[in-house]
Amino acid sequence: MFSKFKSVLSLYVIGCSLLLPLSSAQSAVFNPESFTLDNGLEVVVISNHRAPIVTQMLWYKVGAADEDVGESGNAHFLEHLMFKGTKRFKSGEFSALIAKNGGQENAFTSWDYTAYHQTVAKDRLEMVMELEADRMTGLILDDEKVLPEREVVREERRSRVGNSPGAQLGEVMRASQFLNHPYRIPIIGWDHEIEALNTETALAFYRKWYAPNNAVLVISGDVTVDEIKPLAEKYYGVIPSKEIPERIRIAEPPQNAARRVIKESHLVTNPSVTIRYLAPSYRTAGNNDPYALQVLDEIIGSGATSKLYKKLVIEEKLAASVGTSYSPNAYDQSTFALYISPRPGVEIDEAEKHLRQEISDLIKRGVSQDEVDRAIARMVDAAVFARDSLAAAPNVIGRAITTGGSVEDVEAWPERIGAVTSEQINNLMEKVFIDNQSVTGVLLPAKRVE
Amino acid sequence: MRSFLKLGLAVTLTILLNLSNLSVAFAVDIIQVTSPGGIKAWLIEDRTNPIISMKFAFAGGSSVDPVGKEGLANLVAATIDEGAGDYDSQAFQARLNDLSISLGFDAGREFFSGELVTLKKNKEAAFELLNLSLTEPRFDQEPIERIRTQISLVLKQRQDDPGYKAQTTLRNLYYPNHVYGRANDGTPESLKKITTSDLKGYLAENIAQNNLTVAVVGDIDRAELGALLDQAFSGLSKKSKPFRIPGASPAIKGGTIILDEDIPQSEILMAQKGISRDDPDYYAAFIVNHIFGGGSFSSRLYQEVREKRGLTYSVGSYLSLLDQAPLLMASVATQNERVAETVRIMKEQWSLMAEEGPSAQELKDAKTYLTGSFPLSFTSTGRVANILLAMQLNDLGIDYLDQRNEYLEAVSLEDAKRVAKELFKPDEITVVIAGRPVGVEAETPLSSNP
Repeated sequence: MFSKFKSVLSLYVIGCSLLLPLSSAQSAVFNPESFTLDNGLEVVVISNHRAPIVTQMLWYKVGAADEDVGESGNAHFLEHLMFKGTKRFKSGEFSALIAKNGGQENAFTSWDYTAYHQTVAKDRLEMVMELEADRMTGLILDDEKVLPEREVVREERRSRVGNSPGAQLGEVMRASQFLNHPYRIPIIGWDHEIEALNTETALAFYRKWYAPNNAVLVISGDVTVDEIKPLAEKYYGVIPSKEIPERIRIAEPPQNAARRVIKESHLVTNPSVTIRYLAPSYRTAGNNDPYALQVLDEIIGSGATSKLYKKLVIEEKLAASVGTSYSPNAYDQSTFALYISPRPGVEIDEAEKHLRQEISDLIKRGVSQDEVDRAIARMVDAAVFARDSLAAAPNVIGRAITTGGSVEDVEAWPERIGAVTSEQINNLMEKVFIDNQSVTGVLLPAKRVE
Repeated sequence: MRSFLKLGLAVTLTILLNLSNLSVAFAVDIIQVTSPGGIKAWLIEDRTNPIISMKFAFAGGSSVDPVGKEGLANLVAATIDEGAGDYDSQAFQARLNDLSISLGFDAGREFFSGELVTLKKNKEAAFELLNLSLTEPRFDQEPIERIRTQISLVLKQRQDDPGYKAQTTLRNLYYPNHVYGRANDGTPESLKKITTSDLKGYLAENIAQNNLTVAVVGDIDRAELGALLDQAFSGLSKKSKPFRIPGASPAIKGGTIILDEDIPQSEILMAQKGISRDDPDYYAAFIVNHIFGGGSFSSRLYQEVREKRGLTYSVGSYLSLLDQAPLLMASVATQNERVAETVRIMKEQWSLMAEEGPSAQELKDAKTYLTGSFPLSFTSTGRVANILLAMQLNDLGIDYLDQRNEYLEAVSLEDAKRVAKELFKPDEITVVIAGRPVGVEAETPLSSNP
């Protein structure tokens, strides 16, 4: 048969390609260039000449976990207010100028960072650099601009959380996961605290944290570092640095008890269980463990050929879906999560029991070196795909630097992933999958009342 | 081998992507490739990274699903990559995974589409696996039942989603007894009735060379692509079964429908008859909608509903372009207590646009945004391939990238005002609200047939 012939042929071709030297495994990811201005602003440039367009991202090393007690949501509220005008540009003018020049923009806030970004034609880069630099120190706020925006944020909370039982469970899981550390508090804030945010809280946060020496400027696109240097000097270089408080979050005590939270809702049709363990981040680990956990995540919980999917979805037919998630990018501790949603006719407790059984089997039996090698090959390939998109580089690099990492760490990612061994993963699992450091979240349909 | 391939007609057009009145322009060469076997594709060679992205579509989609078996095209899309030829589901997925090939299918209302992304080094295997999935899918019982269960759970969950209920309600009221009135991906009940021979039948009737459109971007030249196109598609039948989607127009106009949902924030949809993609006034309508509520932070709806009054986090309008049944739609979400005010303001804006149309300044700003921002979507091989595919599916011509600015620039203020008046019909808006809106009365819609 024709197609069988071809599949034999393609197997041969693949066999050859696997024998090629693994040079890509050792190569860097984005090849960025960086420099630091006298005022402390770190600048990273990634050249990508596909089209004459440029993305500017300005990342501040401050986020929701740096808020004062009782002011949850303040970092995110300020992010919204950064579009409300400066001494030079009136409210809305920033966005109007970007739009008139065919640009696109947005901003986002996390626990550890706040970022603002625009994508424009190359010859508009200078304009957006001027605008972004201007609002680093020039923000002007008053109640007339601030108070309607507070209602916008409360509507945002209703959209994201109020109407979503899954998000409500997620909030309570986090609040239970971290007993003391501010990662327990939602980025958007608790509604009763958002309600009390105001012009003064936002400005105080702004004055305390927004400065060139607490930011990273990442520019990606059809530019070179030589083009960026004078522009960065001209617009950002003139902003004086200031004293930034040390980023000290209250520490998490030892955790000595497993926690379980349950959410029932009439909006839920399919039950699910998530088990989330405390796990090291790049910064808290200080070693290669977060790379090993990423490989583990890939082997056991990513996609249709992962271990958990194969076992629980395909072989035992217990689950409709199962998977894992882990992100090493956090200034403080991170988490490793596993979730399962049962097939119809399978009780949620049964599904959970099997997931826990799999976890203990994994700890007992470990993963094989072959599984590790195959996962590493895919992950190293993924770094090539990351280069294909204009947005990937500034996002990855900005996130790394604001959570305590460096450009060098990003570039060394394929190499460090490549160094992970099955032995390392197998030693690590019992140090991470510890019941007393876990929260289990159960999402259930409400019992229907007839 | 490749030098022996005889390529059919290959036309190269150089397209200048002008950023309107901005000074930047860049050249994109779209190559029309016809493979030795007669398969046509549009190609942009992009050597930036060793990656090839291909997007393709077969006309038909879910519109040709038989009555009672809604969701057939969707189930085909979800299962044809679950084992083909000698590979069972796990073997097929493992092969894709080990070679970092991403292959996926999707059934839209009018097209059954697919995407193949691969590293250059694995291209032969990638196109071979695509061919296998299209020509020799196994449809083994295990993956079919597994995926049927997964889709069914998603459909059930969605049936309880207030926003989805609003969409379904609107669709059913507008297009009773028409393919546009039914769920694109079926219902849990219709899904149960689909057999393996239905799946095979769908492929046999609707996946053919004559209804195929292909777009490719990446590290490949036309000779290489010609050979791979034949490898992927030459095994398909030459002709698909003809089909015709009957004309449709909304069965009702006006009215307010309230779906009682116990949620803090109402989800609101507003709709009226729209304008089709091939209407001579399409570009004027596109610009007017942009000004009204389509994107960017400066639209009228964004300004009036969000910025000035803090009524919502997200508000917008869009032109839905289904071939036979275009709509002008808007959506917004706000706390139940403020639904009445929000709907009133949205309707006022609707009337204002009908009566006065846009201002000269708004028209100018919209043109600079829409012409200037278009090249910003050329950020990855996948996104560029999407644009090339859409250009072909909409019969926009290979010179569209060059012409698009002229189409937009040609819209005069008079055109815009006239089209605004013709398009915006405040008396014909149907409002669907899912939530517990305060102070809003339901109103029965009128039949739109006189």
